Amino acid sequence: MPPFFYLVAVFMDLHLNNISHAYDNIEVLSEIYFRIEAGQIVCIIGPSGCGKSTLLRFIGGLERPNSGEVLLIGEPPKESLNPLTYIFQDFALLPWRTVRGNISLVLEDHGIRGKGANAIIDDVLARTKLSDFGDALPRQLSGGMKQRVAIARALSVRPACLLMDEPLSALDSQTRELLMDDLIELWIREKYTACYVTHNLNEAVRLGHKVVVLSRRPGKIREIVEIDIPLEERQEHSGLLQEKQNYLWDLMREEAMAADQELNQ
Amino acid sequence: MSDQKPVVTNPVPFRGGGFSPKPMKIVAPILFVIVIAIWESGSRLGWISPIVLPAPSEALTAFLDLVNSGQLTLHLKASLQRLVIGWTAGTLLGVTFGVAAGLFTMARGGIVPFVAAIFPIPKIALLPLFIIWFGIGEESKVATILFGTFFPTVITVYGGIDNVDRGLIRMGQSFNLNWWSIVWKIILPGALPAILSGFRISASIAIILLVAAEMIGAEYGIGAYVLLAGNLMAMDQLVAGVAMLSVLGLTVSWIIGRAEKYFLRWRV
Repeated sequence: MPPFFYLVAVFMDLHLNNISHAYDNIEVLSEIYFRIEAGQIVCIIGPSGCGKSTLLRFIGGLERPNSGEVLLIGEPPKESLNPLTYIFQDFALLPWRTVRGNISLVLEDHGIRGKGANAIIDDVLARTKLSDFGDALPRQLSGGMKQRVAIARALSVRPACLLMDEPLSALDSQTRELLMDDLIELWIREKYTACYVTHNLNEAVRLGHKVVVLSRRPGKIREIVEIDIPLEERQEHSGLLQEKQNYLWDLMREEAMAADQELNQ
Repeated sequence: MSDQKPVVTNPVPFRGGGFSPKPMKIVAPILFVIVIAIWESGSRLGWISPIVLPAPSEALTAFLDLVNSGQLTLHLKASLQRLVIGWTAGTLLGVTFGVAAGLFTMARGGIVPFVAAIFPIPKIALLPLFIIWFGIGEESKVATILFGTFFPTVITVYGGIDNVDRGLIRMGQSFNLNWWSIVWKIILPGALPAILSGFRISASIAIILLVAAEMIGAEYGIGAYVLLAGNLMAMDQLVAGVAMLSVLGLTVSWIIGRAEKYFLRWRV
C-alpha cells in the first residue's frame, strides 16, 4: 500500500473555516479559523462567555454556525463508528443504566450486541481501569470514575477525534490531576486526535500541542500558541511549561478582567 | 497574678439536628388500634349514638354479612372492572397524547391548549352528558373515569418529558443514536419518575369518579352500596363501604409504590 494512500485512509483533519455566530443579535464568535490535525490535541482557552463550548458544538455538528463551516479533510478510519465523539463536562451518563449498559447504549445502534459488544466493553473498561465496576450504577461512582466511564464510552466507538468540553471541571483537584495523567498516558499510547476546551491554563499547556486563545465576547482568535515539547517529555520541562502558561495568562488577563466586569444580558 | 480571672470552659452548645422525620413502622398500627378502641368503647358506653356513628364491631358485622351473602364479590367485581378499564384506557391515551405533546411542536400546539381548556372542568359535571351519550350502563361510568384520568396524565407526561436532562439527549445525538433510540432509551426512562407520580394522582382521581359515577344508576359497585346504605340509614353498612374505599385506595397506592420501587431502583 503506498504511504500516501495510507495517510488518506487513516487520518482525518478538521478544518474550521471562518466561523461566525450570533444568538439573537449578540455576536458570540467571529471569524474563527484554525485546523485540528490528526494525532494532535488542540486546546481552546478563553475567558468565560467567549463561546468556547459553542465552538465545540459546531465542530461536532451539534449546532450550526450562522456563517462559515467545519470541514472534514480526509476520511475517518473505516472501523470508526462515530468519528466525532464528545466527552461532556457533566459526564452525561444515563443514571438508570449500569456502567456496561451506558457503554452498550452507544453500540446497540450500530448493531453491536451480545458477544461483540461484551468484547468491546471489556476492552475499554480495561483501558480506563474500570474492569471491576462494570455492573455499578452511576450514582455509586465518584466524579472521577464517572468521567472515566464517559471516556470508556467514547473510546468504545473508536473515535477519529475526541471533542472534550471542560471534562475535568466538575472534579476536585486531586481527581483532576489523576485523570489528567490518564489522558496524557492515553495519548502517548494511542495518539488520539482531540479538541479540548478548558478555562484552566495548566491543563492547556500540559495537554495541548496547540493552544487557541480566544478573546472575550465576541470570541475572536487572539493567538494560536504552539507548544512543541513532546507530551511524554513535558514533565521534565516544568520550567518551560510554566513560561508558556505565564505567557498565556498575560494574553488572557485583560480579557478575563473585562469579561468579568460585563453585565450578563 | 492577681488580675488573672478564672477561665470559663463550656462545651459548644449543640444547635443542629431535627427537621428530618424518619419513618417508624410501629407508630401507625398502635395509633390505629388506640383510635378503634376509643371509638368502640365510646359506642358501648353510649357516648356515641349508634344513629350518628355505629361501633366498629357493628361495621365489621355488616361487612361479614356482605361477605357471607356473596354480595361483596358482585360489588367489588363491578367496581374494579370499571376502575381498571377506565383507568387503563385513560392512562394509555393520556401517555400517548402526552408523549406526542412532549416530542412534536405541532402536537403540542394542538394538545396543550385543548387540555388546558378541559382539565379544569370537574368530570362529575360531564357525567349527565355521558349518560345521554352512552346510556345509563357501564359505558358512561367508564367514560367518566377515562376522561378524568386522561387529562392529568397528559399534563404529567409532557411535563416529565420537558424535564428530561437536555444534556443526555444531546449526548445521544452526539453518538448518532437514531430517533427511536433517543426516545425509547433516554427520554422515556428519564420521564418515568414524573409519569409514575402522575399515575398516583390519576388513580386517586379515578377512585373519586368511580364512586360518583356509581351513585347514579348502578346496581352493583361500592359507590352504589354506600348510597343505598345511606338511603336506608344503615350506618353500619355505610361505614363498612367507606372503609372498603379506604382499603381500595391504599391498595392502589401500594401497587404504585411497588412499581416505583422496581422501575426507579436506579435512583438514590
